[in-house]
Amino acid sequence: MSGIKKVQNRLEELGKIAADAGIDIADELGRISAKVEKSSLSARVWQRVELARNPDRPRALDIINNICDDFIELHGDRHFADDPAMIGGIGFIDGIAVTIIGNQKGRNLKETMARNGGMANPEGYRKALRLARQAEKFRRPIITLIDTQGAYPGLGAEERGIGEAIAMNLREFSQLKTPIICIVIGEGGSGGALGIGVGDKIYMLENAVYSVISPEGYASILLRDASLARHAAAMMKITAEDILGLKVCNGIIREPAGGAHLDPATASGAIRDVILRDLKDLMTRNPAVLVRYRNQKIRKFGHFTEE
Amino acid sequence: MSTQKEGAQDSCPACKSRIDEESLRANLMVCPSCAHHFRMEPIDRIDYLADKGSFSEICKGMKSLNPISMEGYIEKLCEAEKKARMSEAVITGTCAIGGVPVVLALMSFSFMGGSMGSVVGEKIARAILTGVDRKLPVIVYATSGGARMQEGIFSLMQMAKTASAAAELDRAGLPLFLVLCDPTTGGVTASFAMLGDITIAEPGALIGFAGPRVIEGTIKQSLPEGFQRAEFQLEKGFVDLIAPRGEQRGLFIRLLALHGFGGPAKGANDANGAKGGAA
Repeated sequence: MSGIKKVQNRLEELGKIAADAGIDIADELGRISAKVEKSSLSARVWQRVELARNPDRPRALDIINNICDDFIELHGDRHFADDPAMIGGIGFIDGIAVTIIGNQKGRNLKETMARNGGMANPEGYRKALRLARQAEKFRRPIITLIDTQGAYPGLGAEERGIGEAIAMNLREFSQLKTPIICIVIGEGGSGGALGIGVGDKIYMLENAVYSVISPEGYASILLRDASLARHAAAMMKITAEDILGLKVCNGIIREPAGGAHLDPATASGAIRDVILRDLKDLMTRNPAVLVRYRNQKIRKFGHFTEE
Repeated sequence: MSTQKEGAQDSCPACKSRIDEESLRANLMVCPSCAHHFRMEPIDRIDYLADKGSFSEICKGMKSLNPISMEGYIEKLCEAEKKARMSEAVITGTCAIGGVPVVLALMSFSFMGGSMGSVVGEKIARAILTGVDRKLPVIVYATSGGARMQEGIFSLMQMAKTASAAAELDRAGLPLFLVLCDPTTGGVTASFAMLGDITIAEPGALIGFAGPRVIEGTIKQSLPEGFQRAEFQLEKGFVDLIAPRGEQRGLFIRLLALHGFGGPAKGANDANGAKGGAA
């Protein structure tokens, strides 16, 4: 930031010197200043994207282990398989029994392969729905931890109806009579993120991003050049501040200086505090009212005019 | 496979036989030789599906804004409006089919690839909720390349919005009929398009979440013939039946009757039903 400011101050000085000498270069300096600002925005946003994707960043299971007093992982969708890219289970947070569902990425190559890079197949979304319904049955609140580039775009995923699986989650999560808190902990990408992203409260970690498509995808489809990802990232409004400003999330959970990967325990503590604060409120609400508010909020997303 | 060009064409992309625009239109945009289904605009579908003069549009004046100030988006919208001769990628309204009142929503692929932004999401949601308010069945003709990326996160959230509306119709015990047209992909597939009580596909329609090129890029091999087509989705269990266009009106009259809307005898001979199973 200060570097940019210095350049801009220097440009201003140059403008004054030129004006004193009777030369008008204000327009040209303005253009340079705008360019500097734009590239600094790209750089700042891209730094966030890199932090969100940092392999050392705490993953869903790391956070769960930090915030739960006891956690039992549960497996399988009861129809096809267990999807290691989507994890879930039950545990206590400060004495409150909760169901936690999350996208799980790996940390090294071997883990990443085993977790399919955190990109779930239909069975992952169906497992999530099974656990969510179970949570409703036993009156447990649901916490979702979102961290995926998107659902897996593979042959088997299509054959087994990835579109239907996500669609069903959107519909059913909107109706579950139990509190749902969704937290984007890293990458929130596309329908794959939203598949566990419908809830009463949506939070983002400070360095998380949330977008309809990856910056690379946006660049290659709309800008027809995948190498323009940095540029696309700045245009797409994907940082936690952007998403909060657009009123799509309820708040930002601050990370330790330098990012959550430098101090996962502190980052997890901040997540735990937010969950506990919100659960105290959400758990007192009448379930029917909770569902009504949730849907009223969902229906407000969007900007348009009516004649 | 069917990378057909927009506008006038003189031959069928599937069988290569020569067709003129007029006879194509007279045949509901279906090739008379090989029954290839060309894309069809909402206005033409209304002409065929709805009882004459019964269609009454809702949310007609709703227009997109530029919610994340995306460079060039407003210009894109203006171009699309001129090209598609529609104000957005979906038309919604009420009409009668065989004398039975219904809510009808029809998407257009010509308007920015049928992409779903705030307006498309809102109009679809309101159409579905109109069904709830007036206790009417809802019929949606879907065709879309997916989310309107120029609207950023708001385009993603339309998936949740339309699904929430579909949930309400579901709870009200009213039927949602979906017709999946070529192509139906991305965020539309992963929301309301896959939430129908009855899901009908047009023959040969591409239906999937990820686009074929994205999948090919992931698996690094080319896709098998017919992958993600309507017939494939029928085989995999994601659509109830495939209905050729000429049979859709008759099919709806029967389906509506079976859901308690309109008498059973009325319109049963309007047209033959659709082919299930081996289409």
